[in-house]
Amino acid sequence: MSASQPATLETPSPVSVLGRGAAAGRRRGEGALAGRLTLRALALGYLALLLVAPVGMVFYRTFEHGLDAVWNAVSASNAQHAFWLSLEIAAIAVPLNTAFGIGAALLLERGRFRGRAALGVLIDLPFAISPVVVGLTLVLVYGKAGWLGGWLADNGLSVIFSVPGMVMATAVVSLPFVARETMPVLRELGTDAEQAAATLGATAWQTFWRVTLPAIRWGVVYGVVLTSARALGEFGAVSIVSGRIEGQTQTLPLYVQDRFENFDGTGAYAAAVVLALLALGTLLAMNLLTRRARERGAR
Amino acid sequence: MLGIYLSALVLLPIAALTAKATSGGPGVLWREITNPEALAAIKLTLVVAVVVVALNAVFGTLIAWVLVRDEFPGKRLVNALIDLPFALPTIVAGLVLLSLYGHGSPVGVNVAFTRASVALALLFVTLPFVVRSVQPVLHELELSMEEAAASLGAGPFTVVRRIVLPSLTPAIVSGVALSFARAVGEFGSLVLITGNLPFKTEAGSVYVFAQIQNENLPAAAAVSFALLVAALVVLGALTFVSRWSSKHVR
Amino acid sequence: MAIEVDSVSKRFGTFEALHGVSLTVTDGALTALLGPSGSGKSTLLRVIAGLEAPDTGSVRIGGQEMTDAPARSRGVGFVFQHYAPFKHMTVRNNIAFGLSVRKRAKAEIDERVAELLKLVRLDGLAGRYPSQLSGGQLQRMALARALAVRPKVLLLDEPFGALDANVRAELREWLRRLHDEIHVTTIFVTHDQEEAMEVAEQIVVMNAGRIEQTGTPRELYEHPISEFVMSFIGPVNRIGNAYLRPHDVQIVPEPGGNTTEALVKRVVHLGFEVRVQLTLPDGREISAQVTRAAAHELELAEGQILTVRLPAARVFTPASEPVAPAPSTL
Repeated sequence: MSASQPATLETPSPVSVLGRGAAAGRRRGEGALAGRLTLRALALGYLALLLVAPVGMVFYRTFEHGLDAVWNAVSASNAQHAFWLSLEIAAIAVPLNTAFGIGAALLLERGRFRGRAALGVLIDLPFAISPVVVGLTLVLVYGKAGWLGGWLADNGLSVIFSVPGMVMATAVVSLPFVARETMPVLRELGTDAEQAAATLGATAWQTFWRVTLPAIRWGVVYGVVLTSARALGEFGAVSIVSGRIEGQTQTLPLYVQDRFENFDGTGAYAAAVVLALLALGTLLAMNLLTRRARERGAR
Repeated sequence: MLGIYLSALVLLPIAALTAKATSGGPGVLWREITNPEALAAIKLTLVVAVVVVALNAVFGTLIAWVLVRDEFPGKRLVNALIDLPFALPTIVAGLVLLSLYGHGSPVGVNVAFTRASVALALLFVTLPFVVRSVQPVLHELELSMEEAAASLGAGPFTVVRRIVLPSLTPAIVSGVALSFARAVGEFGSLVLITGNLPFKTEAGSVYVFAQIQNENLPAAAAVSFALLVAALVVLGALTFVSRWSSKHVR
Repeated sequence: MAIEVDSVSKRFGTFEALHGVSLTVTDGALTALLGPSGSGKSTLLRVIAGLEAPDTGSVRIGGQEMTDAPARSRGVGFVFQHYAPFKHMTVRNNIAFGLSVRKRAKAEIDERVAELLKLVRLDGLAGRYPSQLSGGQLQRMALARALAVRPKVLLLDEPFGALDANVRAELREWLRRLHDEIHVTTIFVTHDQEEAMEVAEQIVVMNAGRIEQTGTPRELYEHPISEFVMSFIGPVNRIGNAYLRPHDVQIVPEPGGNTTEALVKRVVHLGFEVRVQLTLPDGREISAQVTRAAAHELELAEGQILTVRLPAARVFTPASEPVAPAPSTL
C-alpha cells in the first residue's frame, strides 16, 4: 500500500508560528511551560526512537567497514544493473503517470460528466491496495494463466517476469500522486484564465500549454517528485511480477532483499543507503517546492 | 486514452482478482479465508493495525501539536523528516529498523521475528498520516479560541478536551483511516524484520506473497480480496464518520 | 458591430438564469446591463461571448449567426470581473497573448502592445507580473489584453466591482473617454445604477432572468415602466401604491394644493445635496432632497414642522403597466 500526501503544501509558515508560539509562551505560566517541554520531549523522543536513530544506524552500519567495502558493494555488477534497471523503469513509468495524472485531474476538475465521483475513487484505489495485491492482480490479467496471458504469448509479448510488467506494477502503485497534487491547484486556479484565453482566440490545446500548464506546474512537479520516489522504491508489486532474476529483473530494492538474505550485509546496507539518499533528496525537493508554493501564495 | 490506461492498470486487474476470488463460489472463498494459516495472518494484520492506528492517533496528534504550537531550534528539519517514511523505500524501512532493533542491536533491543516487529514496522511506515492531516487543521485553529477558553477559567486539560480535540477529530479520523488502509496492505517493511513465521509473525500481505510463490493463486486471491475489502470498508466508514463529525463540530 | 440576441433562455439545474431574453445593441453603442445579483445579466454577457451555451434562442454578432460558434472565433473581447490575469506572464505577454496565439509576426505584436500600453497608461510596467500591479492597473491590463486583437465587440463583467471608490470613479470616466476614442461596440454588466447612468449611452435593466426596460439613462429615470425600474434607478419614496422621487418633494412656504405638514426627523448633509427625512401627519416617512442653498435658506433643523407639496406620484398596477402620471392619493 502506498503513501498519500496529505496537505504538505499547506504546512504552516514558520514566521507566524514563531510569533504565536512566543506570544503564547509569555502569556502562559511556568506550569504551562513545563507541560510544553514535556510534550516536546515526548514528541521528539518518539521521532528519535522510531525514525532518526534507525535511519542513522543504517548509515553507520554501511560505513563501519570503511569506504572501500561500500565502494566494492555498490560497484558490483548486479548492483549496477539493479540501479540502472530501477532508473529505467522509473523513466518509463513516471512520464506515463504524469501525463495520465494531468489528464485525469483536468477531467475531474473541469469535466462535467456522470461517474466523475466513481472515476475519482478509481484513481485513488491503488492507495488502498496492498502492493502485493497489485502484483497479484497484474499476474491474473497478464500472467501466463491470466486473462490476456494466452493472447500475449501468441503474439510473442512477455509482460510478467519482464520489464513491461515491472513498469506496469510501478505505474499502478504510483498512479494517484500527480492527479492528487494537481487537482487542488487546478481548483484554486479556477476557470477564468482559461476562459480569458478562449475569448482571446486560443484553441483548447494552446490554452492548455500556455495558460493551464504553466499555472499548475509546481503542483505537477510536486506530484512527479512523489511519483519518482515511489517508483524508485517500489518493492512488493515489482517483487511479484519481476520473478527476481538476478542481473535481469532485479531492481535496487529487490537487490537489497537479495543481498540481505544471502548474508551480504554490506551489499544490502550499501544499496539501502543509495536508496535512502534518493529519499532524502526527495524530501529536500518536496521542501523546496513547498516553500516555493508558500512564497508564491504570499505574494 | 485515459480510460485505456486506467482499465489496463487498475480496472481490469481488480476485476480479474474479484473473479478469481469468487470463481469457486462463496463457499470456496470462505474456506480459503478461514484456512488456519490465512486466518491467523488476517487476524494478526487487523489486530496489529488497530494497535498501530491507536498509537498513531495519540503520537501523531502530539507531534502535530508540537510542530505547530511549539518553537525550538531545528523545528523545520524535524518537520521535513516527518515525510521520510513516505520517501523511503519500504524494504529500506525494514532494514533501517532491523539495524537498530534487530539481531546484534547496539541498544540491546531485539524485536526481530516477534509480533512487536510487525507493529514497529507498521508504526514506521504510517507515521506521517495523522501528523500531516492534523497539522493544517491545528494551524487554522485559532489560538485565540484556546486563550478565550482559558480566560474563562478553563484549565489546560479542559481546553484540550473541550476545545482542541473536538475540532481536530475529523482530521485525526481521516489520518487514522489512511494509516489503517496502509497498515493492512503493508508488505515491504515486514519482509526482513518479521521473519514471516506462519501463525506468528506472518501478516496478510506476506501470506498472499507466499501463496503466489507456491503458485496457489486461489488462496492468494481470496485473502487479497478479504484484505482489499477490509481496507475499503474502513476507509469508507471512517471517511463517513469524519464527514459527519466535521458537519457537527463546525 | 451590432449584437442581436433573440429569445435566449438558459437554465442552471433548476435555476432559470435567462428567460426568453431578446436584445439588440447597435453598432458602436456603449450599453450597460443593469440589475441585482441573480438577475441574469452576467449570464447574458457570457452567452454573447460564447462562454455559456444558451438552451434556446440565438445570438448574432455583426449580422453573423454565432449561437454555436466557440468563444475563440467570435471576435469578442471579454474583461472578467476579477480580471483573470495570466499570473505567470508579464504585463507585456498578457497583452500580447491574443496576437501570439494567432501567430502574428513579432514586430507587429511589439508595435501593437506598445500602442496598447500607452492607451491604458501602463507604459512603464510592461515587464511586471500581475502580482505586482494594483487593482486598477490589473483592470487596465485586462482591458488592453482584450483590445489587442481588435475585437468587434467588447464585453466587461462588473468591470469596476472589485475596486476602491476613488479608482472606480476615475476608471469610469476613463472607460467613457476610451469608448469615444475607439468606438467599439461595448456592453458592460453592473449592479450599480449610478455607474450605469454615468457611463452608458443605453441601459438594459434586468430582473429575474428578464429584461425589464431598455432606454437611455434619462428615459429610464423619467419614464420607468415598472416599480422595479423606478426603485432600481435612483432613490424613491413609496406612498401606498404610488412612487415619488425625493427631489420631487417640494418644501413650500404656504399651504396650498397637494400640500401637507411634515415633521423634520433628520437632516443629512451630503455636500451639495441635503437629504431631509420627514414624518407625515399619518406617521408615514418620506425623504426629500434639497440643495445646500435651499436648506440653508429654510434653516432646516430636526424637530421643525414644514409644509411640503407632494406632486403627482407614479402608480404602477400589479402587472407593472405604468398609469402615470396619476393624481396624488394624499
